[in-house]
Amino acid sequence: MKSTNGGKLIVLEPVTRIEGHAKVTLFLNDEGCVKQARMHVIEFRGFERFVQGRPYWEMPVLVQRLCGICPVSHHLAAAKAVDRIVGGENLTPTAEKMRRLMHYGQMFQSHALHFFHLVSPDLLFGFDADPAIRNVIGVAKKYPDLAVQGVMMRKYGQEIIKATAGKKIHGTGAIPGGINKNLSVEERDVFLRDIDKMLDWAQSALKIAKDYTAENLDRLASFGSFPSNHLSLVREDGALDLYHGNLRAIDAEGNKILDQVDYANYLDFIAEEVRPWSYMKFPFIKSVGPEDGWYRVGPLARLNNCDFIDTPIAEKERKEFVKLGNGKPINVTMAYHWARMVELVHAAEKIKELLNDPDLQGDDLVAKGKRRREGIGLIEAPRGTLFHHYKVDENDQVVMANLIVSTTHNNEPMNRAVQKVAEEYLDGKEITEGLLNHIEVAIRAYDPCLSCATHALGRMPLLVELMDAEGNIINRKTRD
Amino acid sequence: MSDTITFTVDGVEVTGRKGQTIIQAADDAGIYIPRLCWTKKLKPGASCRLCTVLVNNRPTASCTQPIGEGMVVLNETEQLITYRKNLVEMLFVEGNHFCMFCEKSGNCELQAMAYRFGIAAPKFPYMFPKRELDASHPDIFLDRNRCILCGRCVRASRDLDGKGVFQFVGRGNHKKIGVNAEARLADTNVDVSDDAVGSCPVGAILKKRVGFAVPVGQRLYDHQPIGSDTEAKARRSARGK
Repeated sequence: MKSTNGGKLIVLEPVTRIEGHAKVTLFLNDEGCVKQARMHVIEFRGFERFVQGRPYWEMPVLVQRLCGICPVSHHLAAAKAVDRIVGGENLTPTAEKMRRLMHYGQMFQSHALHFFHLVSPDLLFGFDADPAIRNVIGVAKKYPDLAVQGVMMRKYGQEIIKATAGKKIHGTGAIPGGINKNLSVEERDVFLRDIDKMLDWAQSALKIAKDYTAENLDRLASFGSFPSNHLSLVREDGALDLYHGNLRAIDAEGNKILDQVDYANYLDFIAEEVRPWSYMKFPFIKSVGPEDGWYRVGPLARLNNCDFIDTPIAEKERKEFVKLGNGKPINVTMAYHWARMVELVHAAEKIKELLNDPDLQGDDLVAKGKRRREGIGLIEAPRGTLFHHYKVDENDQVVMANLIVSTTHNNEPMNRAVQKVAEEYLDGKEITEGLLNHIEVAIRAYDPCLSCATHALGRMPLLVELMDAEGNIINRKTRD
Repeated sequence: MSDTITFTVDGVEVTGRKGQTIIQAADDAGIYIPRLCWTKKLKPGASCRLCTVLVNNRPTASCTQPIGEGMVVLNETEQLITYRKNLVEMLFVEGNHFCMFCEKSGNCELQAMAYRFGIAAPKFPYMFPKRELDASHPDIFLDRNRCILCGRCVRASRDLDGKGVFQFVGRGNHKKIGVNAEARLADTNVDVSDDAVGSCPVGAILKKRVGFAVPVGQRLYDHQPIGSDTEAKARRSARGK
């Protein structure tokens, strides 16, 4: 964090305990009121450009390299896209279940990492606690059992990824039209040994998030909160499905804007807006327009959108969770944590269900069909809906790639949350580290991962404006 | 006159047959001499120089040097290992070798050689050359980014396939694998089953749509360094004695 007194610009850089690099700028007037708050994404990636020319079968392995945090999500979204290119989208039972197992392993480890390593210090010690203890080491010292559970849950998920993808990070398991290995009985038995413990621990973590939200609801209800649309995949019967489904979007009142939309037609429904001060684009629902068509994705949106969850414990917990909305969607930003932990339990239940399914030991691994020149793959990544779209030429080379990633969808909501918290907590006050952490707490609720979320390409136009306290521009320099 | 020739490699007595090169006799004796451009099926090209050994203290490509009675060959000296590491590192920086998304990873002889030598990252600056792809053939993909100019495809196409699809074109830094004098692969009579296609030690000539079909853990060099199969022969022989 750095602040410039006298001027009224406060810069939080870097935003801590998130995945990736971002900064927040706050512009205050003479009275100390927040005039503008923005989260800027300051990483640069160029994957959509440099995959052009590469053969399509490389995509699941190549594109996942844009991140070390949730490569499995990119691996699978790209695989789903290239499935369509080889006409193999109707996967064999073994291939689909292996991919699902990989995905639930990823969801389990990612949600555990976020909750225990990144968020628990805020929840356990308070938003404005001494930063010397408000960190993962502080948690490990004061709550050693909890810290160990966090590490072991993450390890469990990572080992599942290794067994299904070949490696814990950047594996090769999903190939066009299927998977390159099944799960041996030996591998399965290792996971079955610990799955009940993982499910217990996941429920304990859920209880922490739930109790915390209930106990602090008065404060959290408005913390960085605002009405918004919500977008996610849902299964054809309306169930939560993290691997496959159709698009559904609802507004803040719960009215359906989109429902059961085939994601292959996403371009008819979703567009992206570019703003000059961020490398990250701003997606919106076309029929609603850029002003009001932005939406949230991720655990909160998924639980708001789905009609039910097809695993018993998570469904019971979902029913309890949705009571928070009194019949309407939940727009409490901090409820992301509770929703995320419901998904953690769901992932554990799904893993258990899959491990007991003999299809995982099947040998029919790859499906093929009519070759296509275009493929679109969507998946619900830990942080939200992830779009991969490729076009290939007659020589099998990629000629176009478009990625819309979870954190990009949440760009506008995160900026709104930053603005809201800044206005509520910082206006007219003496700025302290604790107060500034409130802004980071709001950003962390979304579990942003920025490395894959940045898209702008080429030489970025740079605009620097020097403003006085009245907001008048006194100097302005540009680089085109 | 006897057909056998006796010589030493790093002090170990080796008996080979008349007409064999050092690398052939060493292989038969279970002594691994690193190589990239040489394979058993092809005539030697002696272009990679990785198999350079000291013969009576003189640097010599072991893939072309016939064995001689009483020859003193040094293979694993500190200096030779350093030279070989440097050669491998130069091959890495001279091309665009991104193992992380290369489907040959785990089966790649260049990558395996780097692992054998313990090369984590090259010490030379990357050159990031601009290289061309040729995806025109329905079943074969040519990615010159990964070509190490070993010439195995050139010799295999000429000597085994009888086609001469591949040649070297250009000189120095501009040298590259040409296809029928600057044609596209689709315009040649190359076939996916040709020896030339299977001869590539790296990911430069690939059969299309194979991709990552072999899972991590089942690839050629996932568990044993390159050369282990040759060295296992010596261990088996020692146990037999």
